[in-house]
Amino acid sequence: MNVKNAVAGTLESGDIMVNIGPGEGLQIELQSSVAAQFGRQIKDLIAQTLEGLGITDAHVEAIDKGALDCTIRARVTAAAVRATGKDVWKD
Amino acid sequence: MMFVPGNNPGMMADAHIYGPDSIMLDLEDSVTMAEKDAARLLVYNALKTIDYGDTEMVVRINPLNTPYGRKDVEAVVKAGVDVIRMPKTETADEVRELEAEILKVETEIGRVGETRIMAAIESALGIVNAYEIATASKRMMGIALGAEDYSANLKTNRTPGGAELLLAREQIVVAARAAGIACFDTVYSNLDDMDTFRKEVELIKTLGFDGKSIINPRQIEVVNSVFTPTEKEITKARAVVAAIKEAQAKGSGVISLNGKMVDRPVVLRAERTIALAVAAGVIDKEEVL
Repeated sequence: MNVKNAVAGTLESGDIMVNIGPGEGLQIELQSSVAAQFGRQIKDLIAQTLEGLGITDAHVEAIDKGALDCTIRARVTAAAVRATGKDVWKD
Repeated sequence: MMFVPGNNPGMMADAHIYGPDSIMLDLEDSVTMAEKDAARLLVYNALKTIDYGDTEMVVRINPLNTPYGRKDVEAVVKAGVDVIRMPKTETADEVRELEAEILKVETEIGRVGETRIMAAIESALGIVNAYEIATASKRMMGIALGAEDYSANLKTNRTPGGAELLLAREQIVVAARAAGIACFDTVYSNLDDMDTFRKEVELIKTLGFDGKSIINPRQIEVVNSVFTPTEKEITKARAVVAAIKEAQAKGSGVISLNGKMVDRPVVLRAERTIALAVAAGVIDKEEVL
């Protein structure tokens, strides 16, 4: 799937900003104040969300501000939809 | 009903902690055009994941005649929302169009009839058509006033006394009561003027509204304190209900209590007082039975 550069989310508390761009395989870079405790879990969730959307090649940079799992899923999906132009809802 | 912007995950995660009766996640006016897609995904995932307990969950969608409205319906129905709030409703046909859209998604997911509709009335035409709107669908659970757009449509401004809203408020209460559904008043947006806010809540309670829309947790306590019956009111209501039960057991529909006639309207008001007291948590449901 063709992936362009796209971003979703904010740097406000409780949110996560997700940048997606072209890449080979899934490369995920994460900045988070809770990286030591939850870094692996957040990266797994990002990968799982992208794979669920059929994206297996992308470079992702995520800055987490204490987002819940549902927020991470929503922001990754929004960035992926913007990067691929393929919406998850019917047009 | 507390309004929460649909693109603010921090507020969405915390809103229910303050104990509002219902939370309205907003996809319409508080979300910019560029963020409509992201907010829809955020609201969908929040509804699917966050445990809001007994709080009724409402989502204000974008109008169906925008590029966002139908996708909003698909997302929130699939997420299991309790109520869809339809903005800027002017005719019964618009309600029926939303109903058809909801049914399409519900049929797809096998959950037919679960999603209810609340219509926000925000224009002169909407007020004129209030009863038709209130009775346009079996899914209608309530109608609400949106005063900012309504005042602009009337070519006037909002004032602290609310004279410009009087007809609209009364029309909404009458239409809702005639239709047998609930009615909710508009927001009051000056958080620094709690005295005027309290007066407005007292006014709309007197007019017959079931509740008020709010924009900040600080307003919850005021609304609850105005709508919660006092101990004196509860005592009186209980006496009325007890007296009428006793009278009915003897085959009579009208009685005298403390020298005043008690008939059906008095009993209905007493029952509503008790229902409000139970809803506010000041008396137990068990105590009433």
